[in-house]
Amino acid sequence: MALTLQTYPTVTAANAALASGGRYLGGGTLAVRAANEGELSFDTLVRATDPQLAAIDISDSNVRLGASVTMAAVARHKGLGTIAQAARAVGGPAIRNMATIGGNLFAPAPYGDFTVALLALGATVETDDEAMDIGQFLLVREKLKGIVTGVRLTLPIEGTFRFLKVSRIKPKGVSVLSIGALIERDAGETVTSARIALGCMADRPIRAKKAEDALVDAKLTGDGVAKAVEAVTDGIRPITDPIASEWYRREVLPVHFRRLLLA
Amino acid sequence: MAKKVPIQLMLNGEDRAEFVDSGATLLTVLRERFDDTSPKGGCHQGTCGACSVLVDGELRLSCLTLAEACEGQSIETTAGLAKEGVLHPLQRVFLDGFAAQCGFCTPGMIMAAKALLDHTPNPSREDVVEALSGNICRCTGYEPIINAVLAAARANSHNAA
Repeated sequence: MALTLQTYPTVTAANAALASGGRYLGGGTLAVRAANEGELSFDTLVRATDPQLAAIDISDSNVRLGASVTMAAVARHKGLGTIAQAARAVGGPAIRNMATIGGNLFAPAPYGDFTVALLALGATVETDDEAMDIGQFLLVREKLKGIVTGVRLTLPIEGTFRFLKVSRIKPKGVSVLSIGALIERDAGETVTSARIALGCMADRPIRAKKAEDALVDAKLTGDGVAKAVEAVTDGIRPITDPIASEWYRREVLPVHFRRLLLA
Repeated sequence: MAKKVPIQLMLNGEDRAEFVDSGATLLTVLRERFDDTSPKGGCHQGTCGACSVLVDGELRLSCLTLAEACEGQSIETTAGLAKEGVLHPLQRVFLDGFAAQCGFCTPGMIMAAKALLDHTPNPSREDVVEALSGNICRCTGYEPIINAVLAAARANSHNAA
């Protein structure tokens, strides 16, 4: 099927075009791949070239990443060091030069590792006319009217954010699972708050809320994390794909989660 | 029938213009309209890296890049590396180091290596492994390729000294 690309200078114009059909083109790693694989649900690709979509704005620890910002741009930005690890976990160098924040938000499991980090960090997702918590966004992303324009987040204090991607191929491969964890501790090293996000444990990133609850007031020791490790599989529905089965992912999640907490 | 759109770009230092199908990938246009068959179509999913090219100096997968989106940009492919019959240093070390067997992945590997060395002239082994991590080779086991890239970096630094 022949594809047509429509290019618009503004998000408003692109949204208007998408209202009559088509699929948004970010970096191409999802939309063009789908077209190459023969997906017939769209014959028009729409893109917007508004420079704000590719802007990174940092004010103190408050960050806004435009939806067209690439993983490579995040990984090399000196002000984003604490989340660069999650951006570097996405694909190889060419994919990182193309894959965008906006695209990653829509990537189905086993992709979307950066979104796991954004979920752990409690990011806010913006469209042209609204902003919503990323947890809410992930529930409604297929029904969203209009494109995502960017995300806002607060950079984690150094040492509070942990990220792990597990794959079978080194140094890079598709995720068996990924985990993002924002864990704050008091002076006595007792956990005061925790946000845990999991990738590949459903068709999209999810929170591990029981594990979060179990971590509060605990210390990050073998005994201290035991209840959280036991709780981390609560409510998960891991995907099965050529990389790993649902059973395998369920079995190895607690092992990797424990290692991440004790690292 | 696909709508035709005009594109102008710089291919290996030469201005090129063509009417192409809107929505055609850069890989298709390079191979079928510009007769540059050095980028290979492997997986068409962004997984194998055989189609890797440089777009404005940045490594991209031409199978997932729309040609129309490259309007006005500079494209570099392996076909443009040799100058006046002399192989590019990366091509020379691949040849000397037996870093190619079937050769299908080689253009993508070389462009990924060029992207690395253009920005990191003295890479570590880990840098090279990371730089080639998006390129699949089913023949060599990667070691000769990694060694070739390191050899090219050594030759560069020797020449610069």
